[in-house]
Amino acid sequence: MTDNLETAAHPGKLRRVAIDPVSRVEGHGKVTLLLDENDRVHQVRLHIVEFRGFEKFIQGRPYWEAPVMVQRLCGICPVSHHIAAGKAMDMIVGATLTPTAEKVRRLMHYGQILQSHALHFFHLCSPDLLFGFDSDVAKRNIVGIAATYPDIARQGVLLRKFGQEVIRVTAGKRIHGTGSIPGGVNKNVSIEERDYLLKDIEQIVAWSRESVAIARQLFEQNLDLYNNFGTFKTHTLNLVRADGALDLYHGGLRARDMNGASLFDHYDYSHYWDVIFEDVKSWSYMKFPFLRSLGPETGWYRVGPLTRVTQCDFIPTPHAETQRKEFIAFNGGSAAGATLGFHWARMIEMLHASEVIRDLLHDTDLQGNDLVGKGERQERGVGVIEAPRGTLIHHYKVDENDQIMRCNLIVSTTHNNQAMNEAIRQVARQYIDGRKLTEGLLNHIEVAIRAFDPCLSCATHALGKMPLQVELLDAQGGRVDVLTRASDGSYGGNP
Amino acid sequence: MMVAPLLIFAIGNESRGDDALAPHLVRQLQIEDQAWVEVVEEYQLQVEHVTDLLGRNAVLFVDADVSCDVPFHFSEITAAQDTSYTSHAMTPSALLHAFQQVYGIATPVCFLQRIRGYGFELGEDLSDEASANLKLAAARVHEWLADFRVTRE
Repeated sequence: MTDNLETAAHPGKLRRVAIDPVSRVEGHGKVTLLLDENDRVHQVRLHIVEFRGFEKFIQGRPYWEAPVMVQRLCGICPVSHHIAAGKAMDMIVGATLTPTAEKVRRLMHYGQILQSHALHFFHLCSPDLLFGFDSDVAKRNIVGIAATYPDIARQGVLLRKFGQEVIRVTAGKRIHGTGSIPGGVNKNVSIEERDYLLKDIEQIVAWSRESVAIARQLFEQNLDLYNNFGTFKTHTLNLVRADGALDLYHGGLRARDMNGASLFDHYDYSHYWDVIFEDVKSWSYMKFPFLRSLGPETGWYRVGPLTRVTQCDFIPTPHAETQRKEFIAFNGGSAAGATLGFHWARMIEMLHASEVIRDLLHDTDLQGNDLVGKGERQERGVGVIEAPRGTLIHHYKVDENDQIMRCNLIVSTTHNNQAMNEAIRQVARQYIDGRKLTEGLLNHIEVAIRAFDPCLSCATHALGKMPLQVELLDAQGGRVDVLTRASDGSYGGNP
Repeated sequence: MMVAPLLIFAIGNESRGDDALAPHLVRQLQIEDQAWVEVVEEYQLQVEHVTDLLGRNAVLFVDADVSCDVPFHFSEITAAQDTSYTSHAMTPSALLHAFQQVYGIATPVCFLQRIRGYGFELGEDLSDEASANLKLAAARVHEWLADFRVTRE
């Protein structure tokens, strides 16, 4: 087995296994493994086809359309794009947000965090976590969870639904929301809307607290596994508030090296390109961002819940802060460095989101009527938020005719590209190398990827296009065997 | 709060070529009686949509499909277990199965209108072939709505 597993020394002599977990019409992710005749692993790569068509799609559009248009990018996190584009457009119009506008936007954003984290934990990952990574595949899904743990499944549904209702109230619609506009918002939160959300918020906070307990319990029950599964040391990048607090809506950039030493802190993100650069590799369509000061080879980093919870100085809501301290202190700090620690950290953030939503709902600024700020028109706008999956950068340049000339997006999954590759290589070393491949073993690779909650640009999903296909090819590329999972979930052999 | 007895779920992203088939179809229906029919548009189905099914007499899912017969395929569907748990999107039948699991009751009677699509690139318009399929599919759904209302009122 080679050491770094990125590129095999003699790939032509190896057989290739492709794990195609989330094939879609647009946005495509798969893993390829190169194995020798003794099942030793020589190369592991995660390939994600990133949507680069958006920059062209948005060119020539008037800037005020951007916050709405960007929601067409992704059916998973349209609200994150809506808010990041809105922040960039605030810079374009030179506006400082009014208290009402900022709080409505924050409410929308934390609603998005809540619903996204609930979906990921309860419905995408809990089957692996509750039943085991190589448990019966027929049971390892949301239906299996609902049958065995009906209360957990129901809580997951209702947490997710509540977050979606927060979005609907603040953005105006379930999809294609228009709430965030350049310089502010187009509506406040009425008393009726506030009361509608308030009636459930205490239950949501309570369920979120229970969710943290579930995540912790899973870690405690499988301490060795959770500590070591796909774990590696990495640099980190995240936003923090001016006082160092966790803030998912706004702040300065903080980067630390893998030993915790500061690389930069409270950096003004409007010049992010001075500290972050995007590298390309011949074998991947997705870029590989890195910290300029460290260079492309070693400057890659990790973003997302695990980074945010471990790298902030404190969480400014009481229950989540208590849980953060326990998470950091757990077992000498082992959870804070573990890839599977993502799940626990994600639930701490969900608890924080529920507390923030509760606090905001009691803030009368939400009913204010001063919705839009004005200022001096600028040529360039950069909006950065901490989206559910990590740091999200939107960057636009607008001409004198108000048309968008250029656009650059760095999405959370791109930031985590190299980190996900490292995680699956670590898993390949631990679980695949030298062993006969089984569906359960291959699922270990998917478990590592899912810990990061990557979004593979799945805004289209047309029926009939979601197969999972694992191919075993010989050294000449000929198909030796294939396992296919159809879009209806049925399994088959050679199609 | 009373919900409309019939829910039409239009699934798709109108900025991605033929993925816009379902949103286009429901707009062509020009439904005015919202006490009778509620239309919901979403990019994709997810588990919380079980809450939208509660209290309905019937649900019609409309979606683009890259593998169904041309021009469309209309069928009654039932709950079915779906193991594609890695996905962020559920099939209509899997959603019905999740509904049964979450609420412990039978689902409303459900139908699926698949419309054959071909291209799904960001920024593309509906393809000519999909537009032709849409016209026929919309006529079929219009006819079905009229029949359905007569039999259920």
